[in-house]
Amino acid sequence: MTRSNSITITVNEQEYTREVEPRMLLSDFLRHELGLTGTHVGCEHGVCGACTIMFNGESMRSCLIFAVQADGQSITTVEGLAKDKDDLHPLQQSFWEAHGLQCGYCTPGILMSMIPFLKQNPNPTEDEIRHALSGNLCRCTGYQHIVDAVKLAAEKIS
Amino acid sequence: MKPAPFEYHAPSTLDEALSLLSEHGDDAKLLAGGQSLVPAMNFRIVQPGRLVDLNRITELSYIREDGNVIRVGAMARERHVEFDPSIAKHTPLLHEAAPNIAHPQIRNRGTIGGSIVNADPAAELPVLMLALDARLKAKNNSGERWINAQEFFVGMFTTALEPDEILVEIELPFMPNRTGWSFMEVAPRAGDYALMGVAALVTLDDAGKCESAKLVYLNAGDGPVNAKEAAESLKGENLNEKLIESAAAHASKNEITPFGNVHTSPEFQRHLANVLTIRTLKQALQRAGESQ
Ligand SMILES: Cc1cc2nc3c(=O)[nH]c(=O)nc-3n(C[C@H](O)[C@H](O)[C@H](O)COP(=O)(O)OP(=O)(O)OC[C@H]3O[C@@H](n4cnc5c(N)ncnc54)[C@H](O)[C@@H]3O)c2cc1C
Ligand code: FES
Ligand code: FES
Repeated sequence: MTRSNSITITVNEQEYTREVEPRMLLSDFLRHELGLTGTHVGCEHGVCGACTIMFNGESMRSCLIFAVQADGQSITTVEGLAKDKDDLHPLQQSFWEAHGLQCGYCTPGILMSMIPFLKQNPNPTEDEIRHALSGNLCRCTGYQHIVDAVKLAAEKIS
Repeated sequence: MKPAPFEYHAPSTLDEALSLLSEHGDDAKLLAGGQSLVPAMNFRIVQPGRLVDLNRITELSYIREDGNVIRVGAMARERHVEFDPSIAKHTPLLHEAAPNIAHPQIRNRGTIGGSIVNADPAAELPVLMLALDARLKAKNNSGERWINAQEFFVGMFTTALEPDEILVEIELPFMPNRTGWSFMEVAPRAGDYALMGVAALVTLDDAGKCESAKLVYLNAGDGPVNAKEAAESLKGENLNEKLIESAAAHASKNEITPFGNVHTSPEFQRHLANVLTIRTLKQALQRAGESQ
């Protein structure tokens, strides 16, 4: 058994201090230690995108980062997007209105990828949206409604 | 699918990292972006006893111009390479090829140094290092040395680095004047490792003849493959369709040795190499002409 490390991480603007073993993945830390189960886990090798979170504002795979590496850093998960269930983020609202999800397994990872994307590229073309979505697998929707939802969000945000 | 236990070190200077590496030897592994290492640990394909995390070493993360070269710290993220204005201006081949490396979420974390040292034959960066005549600086506790890209990649996932060495810097010469470039690949899905890919460079002389050319392939052997004979056949010539087609045929038949995988047969990879070589050479030639 390896030594555990004490880490302090800011998640959704709240600070948490916990003891973790170095091998604990950030995805498992968020889900099991903090109870933030909005971050989903599919493949644990970076391919599916379900575990995507924002790490200091940039989208990254939480299954490919150890929790110890996030010591002192700022993380945003899907739980950090809406202040209240009646006050959704415009991207979430768009997914609702445009039917951008079915089972919802892929949705948190897609939202956490599209927020920085729309910040960088507020008026994306359909082609750019599809490219930006290439790192997130969805087994339900066939992507069309996800693309529509991202387009709608771009209109709402701008 | 959880990694085996390990000891964790997060040094904040390169010197500390080098000491840890020399002290712990084979037991220690460097952790850069983790985008290749962590998947392998999650699958327990590798079970290092110790990780030396390079992410807190800010002195390894930079991209800057220096005379007629660009110096890139090994910990520069692939995403920074993609958007850096000096790289776009002076090594447009690298700028244009970078979006083909994985997905944006992976490039945000993955580093140029990690991908080079990983030496995956299907990766883009090793091919680009060879095409751009990069030099790679390695350091250990007792000193440093420069290695040419051509000597750096010695085989499948294998480089010329010693276990106690860290790749610290990549030196990229500005692409010469009158040089056209092109990078193309075919992947099953945007961001996946490609079935075949080619980087082509063409430099023209004052008279518009081909002064030199370069063709480097990914997923075409046990490392990045430099098709020297095909490139040599273009030298001194006024490039035309026929010369380009015969260079492409030569490279794809005789100079690459693709292995095939679940998505493709080696024959199909050779076919792709032939088609991509023709297309990239034409685009590089056109761009070289435009820059005259
Ligand atoms: C879903 C997915 C898709 C991908 N698709 C592609 C793709 O299409 N093309 C592509 O090229 N790559 C692809 N990658 C890999 C990605 O580019 C990796 O980031 C890269 O190969 C490794 O870089 P890293 O910084 O993450 O290195 P790490 O995973 O941290 O390290 C890789 C290896 O290099 C060693 N190492 C790292 N840095 C140094 C250094 N400075 N000195 C000495 N040794 C060092 C490590 O010890 C380790 O053995 C993909 C990855 C994922 C997860
Ligand atoms: S669980 Fe992280 S990418 Fe699939
Ligand atoms: S909605 Fe079910 S996986 Fe995307």
